[in-house]
Amino acid sequence: MPTTLDTSAPAKDRFLSAFEMSNGQALNGKNASISSHREAAIQRFAELGVPTNKLEAWKYTDISKIVDREYTLPLSMNVPDVDASDLDDVLIEDLDAHRVVTVNGRVHNGLSDIGTLPDGVVVSSLADAGANHPDIVEAHYGKYADFEDEAMTALNTAFVQDGLFVYVPSGTAVEKPIYAVHLTVSDADVMIQPRHLFVVEDGGIATIIEMQHTLTDARVFTNTVREAYVGARGNLDHYIGQVESDASSQVQTTAAYHEDNSVFSTNTITLSGEMVRNNLTITPDGEFCESNLYGLYLGKDQMHVDNQTLVDHVHADCVSNELYKNVLNDASKGVFNGKVFVRPDSQRINAYQSNKSIVLSNEANMYTKPELEIYADDVQCSHGATSGQLDEEGIFYLRSRGLSEKRARILMLQAFAQDIVDEIRVDALREHMTHRLRERFASYFDRSE
Amino acid sequence: MALLEVKNLHVSVEDEDIEILKGVDLTLDTGEVHAIMGPNGSGKSTLAAVLAGREEYVVTQGEILYDGEDLLELEAEERAEKGVFLAFQYPVELPGVSMTNFLREAVNAVREARGEEELGAGDFLKLVRERAKLVDLSADLTKRSVNEGFSGGEKKRNEIFQLAMLEPRLAILDETDSGLDIDALRQVSDGVNKLRSDDRGFLVITHYQRLLDYIVPDHVHVMVDGRVVRSGDKNLAVQLEEKGYEWVREEAAAAA
Repeated sequence: MPTTLDTSAPAKDRFLSAFEMSNGQALNGKNASISSHREAAIQRFAELGVPTNKLEAWKYTDISKIVDREYTLPLSMNVPDVDASDLDDVLIEDLDAHRVVTVNGRVHNGLSDIGTLPDGVVVSSLADAGANHPDIVEAHYGKYADFEDEAMTALNTAFVQDGLFVYVPSGTAVEKPIYAVHLTVSDADVMIQPRHLFVVEDGGIATIIEMQHTLTDARVFTNTVREAYVGARGNLDHYIGQVESDASSQVQTTAAYHEDNSVFSTNTITLSGEMVRNNLTITPDGEFCESNLYGLYLGKDQMHVDNQTLVDHVHADCVSNELYKNVLNDASKGVFNGKVFVRPDSQRINAYQSNKSIVLSNEANMYTKPELEIYADDVQCSHGATSGQLDEEGIFYLRSRGLSEKRARILMLQAFAQDIVDEIRVDALREHMTHRLRERFASYFDRSE
Repeated sequence: MALLEVKNLHVSVEDEDIEILKGVDLTLDTGEVHAIMGPNGSGKSTLAAVLAGREEYVVTQGEILYDGEDLLELEAEERAEKGVFLAFQYPVELPGVSMTNFLREAVNAVREARGEEELGAGDFLKLVRERAKLVDLSADLTKRSVNEGFSGGEKKRNEIFQLAMLEPRLAILDETDSGLDIDALRQVSDGVNKLRSDDRGFLVITHYQRLLDYIVPDHVHVMVDGRVVRSGDKNLAVQLEEKGYEWVREEAAAAA
């Protein structure tokens, strides 16, 4: 039975009592290492409570007002029906991929079309992986997403049931992208807590695309935790498309850890949602690692999107590139807090960080805080943040050659977003996103005419 | 009816009470090249900006007729569609805006306004190659972002190349010669000379007489302090070069 959170009690107590009721039953699971974290996690959550904007890290994003709603917590194994036609509507055209569909955080085998994977590669539910590959889960689960200071990660860890599991064995290349279609389906307001685990062993190569959709008008709150491990000389190319409904909110925490000579790249494109908080922590723990972080947020209406990133350079001789761009229209809000941490012995680090925003309306706001903390002396680091309006001189130039003002503005916005789109190395995804961006930019000016 | 008639044009900067143009009169017809010369701050570039439709200027008196139509009623893009072209003094760099995509859109917007067929991709590229040759612009530059990483000379040649692509009836060149080396000056002038025709008029704004050695004008106007104080043929430019702007300035002061 789903548990409905009773809003007469304070938010924290609701989760604690839901945990009491469900632990050992709905939350039993098949894997000892997943279960073993629950108690410590719920205890830590009890101490931390739901984050409020009194905390520096949540200053501009009051997630408590989103958490404090009467959600259903679907803790049973039952997954609502989804029509194949509903799925077809959201699929990316011409994307040749190993498709895995999750519904409310659980892998749905009937809608998935994983196809033939290279030997040893696993794409499955985390629940199945707990039973079938307990050693891999034990080695990596809960190792990167630390819940000590993150209440929402603690909450997720306490309630983990399922999510996506990807395993790429040593020296194996997965040629086609692994394409995760995350669907949330519910008649009532619902809160789900997916937990994903990606393990790419040394020399493994994979591309993972995750698209997040909601197939309901009900209010949805998703608290996702994702852990990614990339072994030495491995390469994981990761994309997230946040294209949920306007009534959807989420906290999404990604913790990536990678070793010598490996590359981890992640690109998050956020086009909708009521309130979205993305926490991204990357730890390149080996020499000659390359970490790439890209993000694009196109704000409209009352959207509120907060990207918090941390690159923790714990090892020397690594490179990190970070570029986040925002376009804010209407009364949308954007928050960017990017931190690059260079530890005392981490010499010869090249770390670049940039956050650029275009604010199109007087009601829109962008809060940006780039932070470099450098304790090594032989490093090259730069950071920069700009917020401004479209270049009116450029718009006049285009108009003076016959382009309408609307076309000129759309072209300028496309140009602004282009370097994030150019970082998408999967052709079908790049075209899909280009099309979505074009639609969004056009909508900015259609409404105001 | 002349192509362009500027009558008693008074222009101020928006939000400021500073009058820049104080009653400019000018008539220009197709087939003609008019040069406007004048010292810094005389209002030459303001005249070009107002003709092209920049919004930061306010016309307080007078009128501009283009083909008998009130030009001031038209938006910048409508002027472009009707055949007004301004070659910028400082062409704008637009990182991420593809030269080819932008230009194809511009050419087709103008063609549509003229009631012509849209150019297909093949015909468009053919036209690009042909017109790029007019100003010795490498067709490779058209594959880049608009003006991004172009040298000063390349930017100015790119302006004339776009002029050649859009085939305007009134082409305004705002100090296109400034900052050019002698080779680029020749390339730009050659391009303009090849584009002179009976159904096109040029308004060439320049600080120096040297450009007019290459682009020989039919008429020369001297602007001082927001007014055309003297008009003549190409010999006026030579006189001006010899005697300096003080000569016309004093004459204007004496007449006032």
